[in-house]
Amino acid sequence: MEYILEITSLRKEYDNFTLKDVSFKLPYGYIMGLIGPNGAGKTTIIKLIMNLIRKKNGSIGVFGMDNIENEIDIKSRIGFVYDIPPFYDHLNLNQNKAVVAQFYKEWDEDLFRNYVNDFQLDLKARFKTLSRGMKMKFQLAMALSHNADLILLDEPTSGLDPVFRRELLDLFSRLIQDEKKSILFSTHITSDLERIADFVTFIKEGEIVFSDEKDSVLESWGVVKGGNELLEKEAASMFRGIKKHAYGFEALVSDVREAKRNFSKNVTIEKPTLEDIMFFMTSNNGGKHD
Amino acid sequence: MRIIISNSSEDPIYEQIVKQIKSQIINGELQEQESLPSIRKLAGELGISVITTKRAYEELEKEGFIDTVGGKGSFVASQNREFLREKKMKVVEEKLSQAVDEARTLDIGVKDLKEMLTILYREEE
Repeated sequence: MEYILEITSLRKEYDNFTLKDVSFKLPYGYIMGLIGPNGAGKTTIIKLIMNLIRKKNGSIGVFGMDNIENEIDIKSRIGFVYDIPPFYDHLNLNQNKAVVAQFYKEWDEDLFRNYVNDFQLDLKARFKTLSRGMKMKFQLAMALSHNADLILLDEPTSGLDPVFRRELLDLFSRLIQDEKKSILFSTHITSDLERIADFVTFIKEGEIVFSDEKDSVLESWGVVKGGNELLEKEAASMFRGIKKHAYGFEALVSDVREAKRNFSKNVTIEKPTLEDIMFFMTSNNGGKHD
Repeated sequence: MRIIISNSSEDPIYEQIVKQIKSQIINGELQEQESLPSIRKLAGELGISVITTKRAYEELEKEGFIDTVGGKGSFVASQNREFLREKKMKVVEEKLSQAVDEARTLDIGVKDLKEMLTILYREEE
């Protein structure tokens, strides 16, 4: 399989945070969600792909090329959305567009106008007067109007109302129809991924917990619920995270079949959501660097 | 074709697709040689992962319900009558075995179960 994005043993060290030799791959034509609590390293990964910060070790391949050696080529084919929009507050949208568009050979003005209409943006409005949601829409219109093949988005759905979030997910599905484009987006709103994501990469404290097909994650993991007396059993060591209350417990397991064998009829086993997995795996999150 | 995805179903999404396409083939709503939407089109329409629809199609192919021709897409496979009847029987068999499981947990014996079945069958006539 060919990969549009291939990250190998990527390492970045800050005083209070380390991205620990992260590796994952995204094939052409698919959507990957990058999930994890605040401070897990999601933004750091996206900044490293865009070569905005220096890595310590490892490699990042985009379109089969090294992301630093071929930075200009690669960036012209990436559409990105940052959590902090890189636009001039005092300029209107049209002026902001003009500043950025000149750098793209493939800039498609008609496509841009379509998005502006779809998103109901007012090109004469100054950037700073826009609501958070409208700012995000403008960023998206900019990111999608130069025929980019890889779309990187850092928390694109936060600050958007549910209606537009759904529309955005539809838009993502449409974008990958040609089998060439891929989308990597980080989010802590995991329900956005529950349906459309093909792959999910879960990162915690700078380390990959898993990077896999979403369907197989949701099929192999499970939430076990039962009475507290069961916690005495040796099998309880398989729990990847646990929440106890006075009358029972809930625990996360990464192997539902084994859990069924071990506990048989004494417990209820449910399908997890991505949020369940994130919640159970992150009992102690200290406000670390994002 | 008609596909309804339920979020509250116990079945994984790919299985929901498989079941619905299968039953539409079995009851003739989907005809032999009828073309199915592409994997990506279906995923896009339903707002689900491409990998999910791909898996559903692979499953249907494995069971002989559809054929996928490289470059042309997927079609409802030619079915012989014998095969279809067998599949229909299978559906009934599955439902019955659910009833049997339920009866077992409630300690209902095979004799009572048969009686129930006979009554139900006659009622419908």
